Amino acid sequence: MNTYNEIIIAGLGGQGVLLAGTILAQSALEQNLKTTWFPSYGAEMRGGTANSTVIISDEEIGSPIAFSPSGLIALNALSLNKFLPRMIEGSSIVANSSLINPNEFKSDKNINFIPISEIADKEIGNIKAANMVAIGALIKILQVPSLDNVLKALQIAFAKKPTLIEVNIKAVNAGYNYK
Amino acid sequence: MVKKLVKGNIALCEGALAAGLDAYFGYPITPQNEVPAYMSNKMVTLGKVFVQAESELAAANMVLGACATGKRAMTSSSSPGISLKQEAISYMAGMEIPSIIVNVQRGGPGLGNIAGSQADYFQAVKGGGHGDYHLIVFAPNCAQEMYEVTYEAFDIAEKYKNPVMILSDGIVGQMMEPVDFNKEQKTSFSKKDWCLDGCKDREPRSIKSLLMGDGALEQHNLDLQKKYEVIKANEVKAELYQVEDAEIIIVAYGISSRISKNAIKSARTKGIKAGMIRPITLWPFPTEIIKKYSKPPVKFLTVELSLGQMIEDVRLAVNGVSSVDFLGKAGGGIVSDKDVLNKIMELKK
Repeated sequence: MNTYNEIIIAGLGGQGVLLAGTILAQSALEQNLKTTWFPSYGAEMRGGTANSTVIISDEEIGSPIAFSPSGLIALNALSLNKFLPRMIEGSSIVANSSLINPNEFKSDKNINFIPISEIADKEIGNIKAANMVAIGALIKILQVPSLDNVLKALQIAFAKKPTLIEVNIKAVNAGYNYK
Repeated sequence: MVKKLVKGNIALCEGALAAGLDAYFGYPITPQNEVPAYMSNKMVTLGKVFVQAESELAAANMVLGACATGKRAMTSSSSPGISLKQEAISYMAGMEIPSIIVNVQRGGPGLGNIAGSQADYFQAVKGGGHGDYHLIVFAPNCAQEMYEVTYEAFDIAEKYKNPVMILSDGIVGQMMEPVDFNKEQKTSFSKKDWCLDGCKDREPRSIKSLLMGDGALEQHNLDLQKKYEVIKANEVKAELYQVEDAEIIIVAYGISSRISKNAIKSARTKGIKAGMIRPITLWPFPTEIIKKYSKPPVKFLTVELSLGQMIEDVRLAVNGVSSVDFLGKAGGGIVSDKDVLNKIMELKK
């Protein structure tokens, strides 16, 4: 297990990439790891790609900006195009095959294509939970933060909207247990 | 204490609230919008004052007025908005008003862009407004420090009757980090024998910056300088990181110091003895600390998200004894840890 990870979560504005990042960071905090979260903010959120960067480490974190990203969630093709070239060797990459045609991405990097939107829509019954399905899939590969701590983080993040906890837990589990 | 994951901007708000903030006056601008947004809820809930002013000028002058009555008041903005506040800032320096001004810097000049930047160093440290004056300037580099520095800033402002600026940047303001909200809520405050709180049963007071009497303004300036000397002697804050054996010492503040720390760690694994002096106060500047470590063969490297502003103060401190190099980027561009490492390796040759 590599304890230092720079993770980028990217997608269309509205796909919940900022929230997904905070869940990941909160999970790291639950696991007593150091963490930072940094959003893309401003004009690029409207229409284009939005992203958040989460750094997780067992040591003090320097820059909150990902210069050598090792984890990626790409919820749409634009995001995969943008960030794939930046990923370091051996990166953990999850891509949403519901919106991305795998045949269009020839790369020597190992991309885990998962029908994230489809799982959210059909299995969970809420397309908005795609971000959480993706989190489940990513931590399965990274093995950090642990599934337990992600579920704990959901309880904290949705403490004010408890009706949403169950659906998000389901979504994370669905991503984690895919295949 | 359980740490909470919050943005730097929110940590700053919590620091101000714990310090007993009475009034917040603001006007929206990215990347500091979380501050007025959060305060619009919190201050109203607490029964305190929140005003979204009609402009940055108005907000800065409202802070002047509120602080003149002895209350704790703060305004925040980002670079172009801070330029608009400069008139009131100069007045507050002259009137010795203990206000708090927050600048979450973005790229400039002009309206610039919304990316994090450190190009307002000159404005914060060398004046900005007119006249011979200084702000006390803090440069936090993480969410925890945004909280702690803001908490302390009010006491320091009142101790010296001097405006304090918190010079942050878009990255430190926007990033989330776990914060330990470990400060006690302030409820008792020092008595102010200068403030304008109603003159029933006492002589009326006045606070002004217009001093037309023969020699009055000159004397006022001399008094201010005396005060600045005391601040310089007592309030310098800096973090020293692996400087004792360092051959290359980086001087960096705020977000640049975090990027630089990554590079220093990499350099150390390559056997290059690098270290860092991180000013936490930009004014007063850690001149004496830098001076102490200035001796050949030590080389200095200033890293800033600007094209070279703080480097002038580093050069003055080093005073020609060691070399001083520079690495920076303008207009909201980011220096990467690899850029810093490459520069360190270049200097090592």
